[in-house]
Amino acid sequence: MDHSERRLIELTVNGVIHQVEADVRLTLADLLRHHLHLTGTHIGCEHGVCGACTVLVDGRSARSCLMLAVQANTRAIVTIEGLSVEGEPLRPLQQAFKDHHGLQCGFCTPGILTTLHELLGDNENPSEDEIRVALSGNICRCTGYQGIVAAVRSAVDAIRRGA
Amino acid sequence: MADAPQPTFGRPVPRIEDDALLRGRARFVDDLHFADMLEAAFLRSPHAHAAIGGIDTSAAAALPGVVAVLTMDDLRPLLTHDRLVVAMPSPNYRFDVHRPVLARDEVVHVGEPIAVVIATSRYVAEDALALIEVDYDPLPVIADCRQALDPDAPRVHAAIPHNLVAAFDTSYGDTERAFTEAAHVVDGQFWLHRGGSHSMECRGVVARHDALEDRLTVWSSTQTPNVAQRLLCDLLARDSNSIRVVAPDVGGGFGPKLVFYPEEVVVAAAALRLGRPVKWIEDRREHFVSTTQERDQYWDMAMALDAEGNILGIRGSLLHDHGAYTARGLNVAQASAITVPLPYNVPAYALDTKLVLTNKVPVTPIRGAGQPQATFVMERLLDLAARKIGLDRAEIRRRNLVRADQMPCQKPMKLRGGTFVVLDSGNYPEAQRMVLERAGWEGFRARQLEARADGRRIGIGLANYVEGTGRGPFEPVRVRIAGNGRILVASSATAMGQGTKTMLAQVVAEQLGGSMDNVQVTAGDTAAMNLGFGGFNSRQAVMAGSSAHAAAVKVREKAIKAASYLLECAPDDLDIVGTEIRVKGTDRKIGLGDVARTLEGIAGFKLPGDLDPGLEATEQVIVHDMAFSSGSAVAEVEVDIETGQVHVTNFLLAHDCGTMINPMLVDGQVIGGIAHGISNALFEWMGFDENAQPLTNNYGEYLLVTATEMPPIELMHRQSPSPLNQLGVKGVGESGVIPTPAVIISAIENALEEFDVRVAQAPVSPMDLLALIDAGRQRDRGQ
Ligand code: FES
Ligand code: FES
Repeated sequence: MDHSERRLIELTVNGVIHQVEADVRLTLADLLRHHLHLTGTHIGCEHGVCGACTVLVDGRSARSCLMLAVQANTRAIVTIEGLSVEGEPLRPLQQAFKDHHGLQCGFCTPGILTTLHELLGDNENPSEDEIRVALSGNICRCTGYQGIVAAVRSAVDAIRRGA
Repeated sequence: MADAPQPTFGRPVPRIEDDALLRGRARFVDDLHFADMLEAAFLRSPHAHAAIGGIDTSAAAALPGVVAVLTMDDLRPLLTHDRLVVAMPSPNYRFDVHRPVLARDEVVHVGEPIAVVIATSRYVAEDALALIEVDYDPLPVIADCRQALDPDAPRVHAAIPHNLVAAFDTSYGDTERAFTEAAHVVDGQFWLHRGGSHSMECRGVVARHDALEDRLTVWSSTQTPNVAQRLLCDLLARDSNSIRVVAPDVGGGFGPKLVFYPEEVVVAAAALRLGRPVKWIEDRREHFVSTTQERDQYWDMAMALDAEGNILGIRGSLLHDHGAYTARGLNVAQASAITVPLPYNVPAYALDTKLVLTNKVPVTPIRGAGQPQATFVMERLLDLAARKIGLDRAEIRRRNLVRADQMPCQKPMKLRGGTFVVLDSGNYPEAQRMVLERAGWEGFRARQLEARADGRRIGIGLANYVEGTGRGPFEPVRVRIAGNGRILVASSATAMGQGTKTMLAQVVAEQLGGSMDNVQVTAGDTAAMNLGFGGFNSRQAVMAGSSAHAAAVKVREKAIKAASYLLECAPDDLDIVGTEIRVKGTDRKIGLGDVARTLEGIAGFKLPGDLDPGLEATEQVIVHDMAFSSGSAVAEVEVDIETGQVHVTNFLLAHDCGTMINPMLVDGQVIGGIAHGISNALFEWMGFDENAQPLTNNYGEYLLVTATEMPPIELMHRQSPSPLNQLGVKGVGESGVIPTPAVIISAIENALEEFDVRVAQAPVSPMDLLALIDAGRQRDRGQ
């Protein structure tokens, strides 16, 4: 078994192009966290169930623990760090999480925000049931989800009002 | 003049923790990175019980990228002790079962660590694990605590002659007489199971030795950094100022992270030995077999009542699965034992508790710590009694609840530290009345019959609880005003997501100008506070909150006194507004920072008013009695009798945690606890086969509640201030979980009334329910 095979890949992360020589067995999550030092993406299970590691790959949510870094070659990735701009106010969804106590320890939050980003891109006015179904692949041990659902509904209102 | 800021105490102010978390800028332990850092992976036992002959690490050590492979033989020279001696004192132990740092001669549960590989990356370290050869000689295994007491049962530890690690009685009053004189007796056997904590962040440790200062810094995802520091100093024979333990951002605790683990000392020792930073991050599969759990309890209980349904006495026994080692103490079983009768007037009580070793991961507290199980038992007995006597389930509770006019109500039982249990305040019957009214308890029967006519089985349940919070004796807080006017708060209180920093900032800002932005909180860092315990037992708002208040009041008084000299006016004329001290009704003022600078002094000059130097205070308010939170929960469920599926459709809780510092955070704690309780009632099961091999070690097999299974939750707050502390607060972190399995199961029984189903367990799966429904149908046909 030779684990030492490496490949040169090029990917865009939060708008920045990176060229990396990656071990073929390196996961995308580990590439982001430990090589690009974007530690906002979290690892909760490494078997594709908890959703903490969710990032956007070409606009669709994907579990970065189940994807190899080399599979991200030529792709555009967005992580939690790309969902707000340093030095600028929080975006409406993040602000709503703060206002409605949609996070406690915050460990699940990056994966939840990326998941919701996709949902709100597809459906600008989701019902409570649609929000809950979208969240059902993300485990949060702290909040009981109620604050998260309230935050999404309020963010939807804010976005529709043009905030 | 700017408007006076709003008070901060008691308001749902946003959290100071949130911005970093929402931008991906937080720092969890796995986010720390150092040049030259190595990564560790642990070799864990695949056997539940085996003797170890040799351990051959040579092939692993030869793998490129591997820096070291360490076993107990390698670590021994670095340590003062082979074992982690962490058990809390109790006269009830029969023998000690302290965990080894690494197993050498015997392993006693799957997942027990045996060796550690330190390599240039986790990938390489895991490759090397596969190359370590251990000579195991499998030994007989005991998986079930009920069989463990059989004289012929296999022994969990080969060298210990039996598996009964501890036993104790909890009793008061004359139970014999209660049962002789009873008009009604009900009894039941119950199985309660909790599972793992499953904080979304697993455990993790990073250790780095700074050779220049000879200082070891250990970052750990722990709830108790000060306790970890004391243990590391003992084990590594170092002075307390040469080890700093920091809990960085912690991704949830829920109990098991209060325990000190082998990995914490092994990683620290490895960093010292290798002279390079070392990181170990637990993966989820490890979490299932190495992080402590709360598992099986088997209860055999009876309740005696008079003709009117007044409780005369309760007696029975509790068999508690302790796991393979004592990783904390007897506290889960102790909490279970005293919790059973607490919310009610129970004149006589006798419980015989046995703690039994099994070849499984040690048991230590998970959110609720034995209290949900005890509440389940009590509430089930009351439902059985209501049925037998023909009383409404709410009415039998109303007749027996401790009344407001009994407060404070001393119970003839003692806390683990030896003081009596005293329910400090609250109006339990009123909380029950509120929640029943809001839930439409009276009208539910009509709705139920209507649904049944539609072929739907809906049910309603009720459960009451009290929660012992604010475990003493103290938790220090220091408040300091710096020369730039910033308010610096330091505490050994430890944050793991509850908003502890916000809570402390609110309490302090309330006294010192009302600006939360001006407060900076350091928590969970032994370099900032060298005394204290950390976060567990719903204690930090009570203990650290009280200390923060006392310290802030002292600093406020001193700041105003100093300002009164500087501004030449009476202290009563002064107020702190924002970052300034103002003379009321004028525009004369002085900055907090200027006062602080003045109190730093100038060499050769007197301080104003001959005050002591410095503008800071450290307080550690001492409280031994516990503040008891309380509440009443109602849940509605719908059960599909074809599939056994349960939908929780509504959940209401009237609860009382005394004065609320931040109602938004209280809601979050309670709702999160309820979710944990629903998960415990319906989903979570840490399964082992008869060889104590874990059956559930991923989230496909071990289910946690998700957003689609959660009902809307409505909370009603009552605020009976606790007389035990200045702020009137009681803890809230575990409240939600405590009544929840009881109330869900009560509602399920109610939904399945026509089949006369008795659910004597939690969790209950769809398969279990189908079997119970089937049994009910057969009983029907048999009649
Ligand atoms: S870490 Fe990827 S889904 Fe859990
Ligand atoms: S906020 Fe802690 S897991 Fe979701």
